[in-house]
Amino acid sequence: MSRLKIEESNVLEVKDLHVHVKTKNGVTPLVQDLNLELKRGSVLGLVGESGCGKTVTSMSILQLLDRKTSKIEGSITLKGRELNGLSDKEMRKIRGKDIAFIMQNPMNAFTPVFTIGHQFVESIRTHRSCSKKQATELAINAMHQVNLPNPGQLLNYYPFQLSGGMLQRVMIAIAASTHPAVIIADEPTTALDVKNQKKVLCHLDKIRSEYGSAILLISHDLGVISEMADEVAVMQNGRIVEKADVFQLFDEPQHEYTKKLLLARPLLHVNQPIIPLA
Amino acid sequence: MSLLQVNKVTHSYGSRTFFNWKDRPKKVLSDISFSIEEGTCLGILGSSGAGKSTLGKVILGLERPQCGQVLFQGHDIYKVDKHTLHKIRRDLQVVFQDSYSSVNPRMTAERIIAEPLENFEKLTVGEQKRTVVELLERVGLSETDLKKYPYQFSGGQLQRINIARAISLKPKLIVLDESVSSLDMVNQTLILDLLSELKKDLGLSYFFITHDIKAAYTISDSLGILENGELVEIYDSKDHFFTSELSEVKEMRDSILAEHPRYRTVRAR
Repeated sequence: MSRLKIEESNVLEVKDLHVHVKTKNGVTPLVQDLNLELKRGSVLGLVGESGCGKTVTSMSILQLLDRKTSKIEGSITLKGRELNGLSDKEMRKIRGKDIAFIMQNPMNAFTPVFTIGHQFVESIRTHRSCSKKQATELAINAMHQVNLPNPGQLLNYYPFQLSGGMLQRVMIAIAASTHPAVIIADEPTTALDVKNQKKVLCHLDKIRSEYGSAILLISHDLGVISEMADEVAVMQNGRIVEKADVFQLFDEPQHEYTKKLLLARPLLHVNQPIIPLA
Repeated sequence: MSLLQVNKVTHSYGSRTFFNWKDRPKKVLSDISFSIEEGTCLGILGSSGAGKSTLGKVILGLERPQCGQVLFQGHDIYKVDKHTLHKIRRDLQVVFQDSYSSVNPRMTAERIIAEPLENFEKLTVGEQKRTVVELLERVGLSETDLKKYPYQFSGGQLQRINIARAISLKPKLIVLDESVSSLDMVNQTLILDLLSELKKDLGLSYFFITHDIKAAYTISDSLGILENGELVEIYDSKDHFFTSELSEVKEMRDSILAEHPRYRTVRAR
């Protein structure tokens, strides 16, 4: 009984994930021995330097890596359903519906040749049977929720007519419109300027609390992590070196690399005491 | 005399473009005045579209402002004769945000760094190579990197090469236009440390353009806030940033992300 409960509360489970990529010089491991669990409505932060395998992890959860050149081993289960090795056709039903993906660069994530509305309605109608009119209404509602002004008009705009912050909010609205169980946010604020970062994080959190979506938050910015995360996993060279509660990680980092990361950031020391290192 | 003095610079871009030909020219900088002393760093903070990069271009002599003047060591860089301008160009260098697109992908690191030397100094092949190696070591790379191409470097390493190129002629002022913004946290700190070190050793001055409050605070001696093309405030001491009562500055302060989960506001528990 209790076991059932545990399994229920974990929306996404990644067990013993290994990702290898084939190159001219042989097989290179990108991710090794990675274990993650995401509970309903929780936020797991994934931290690490660039090139440590954060994005590869998220891509392998979504099965977006090229199958000819890369090999994914291990198990990825979404609500008890195995995703690893699932056919492309099946995965397309899951991507965007059960697992939403928020990308780093909103400018590149949209097609420049279609309007925002076209892309929004298209992604709603792929996962839900409704008329275009209903889908547009849904889109407008979702955009209202992320505080976009004049959503009706915005739908007629092309991506280049909006700023990066607005586009990122549109992307969050699209992600939220299908009430996903898991949101993978890959550096959602890196391309935005400081003023928009906090706003975007607030909207992301609103969706989490409203629909109970679990968020896998990938970032190298410890500021973003300390604002959002419940739990943090620190990654180095394709391995998770430390996983802890966010408070514990900031107060008493265990691993050398975590300590190094915490030290290697510009601090302001405005309203807070210097963080003691254990 | 200040190293650089900017007097009442006003600039606007004409926006009679193909899509939009009825609009009036848009003002991007209005009535901006400040000065940079030798050996100091002025940080300019502003959100996107505030006119930060345009201001950088104006200082570099790449965008002639419609009104006002830019004095570098007392010379108006938009009015001086060719010969003086050539000299000034040596003393003014720039490092941009995107390290990959500011180098030629078909050149090796050696040629990238040697390019300004070829243009300004007549060195023998041996001397030039020695200088380049020295520069590489100065920015924390080694001789083995000489023959590598840009794609073989990471973003942080390539930014070091850009810095090496910028300091190769021993300039007086370097404009850093979002130079650390696209790097990850660890590399950002390393590059900021390198920049502060170079500033002390070579007596450089920086004009540091950024939207990152923490980065600006770390490296700058004085801070300016640019908002909608206006320099709303400029502080001699960067600590005034935290005591200012101006609404723009307050808004900026509020957007700083917490440094510890204890101070988080997005998910206040």
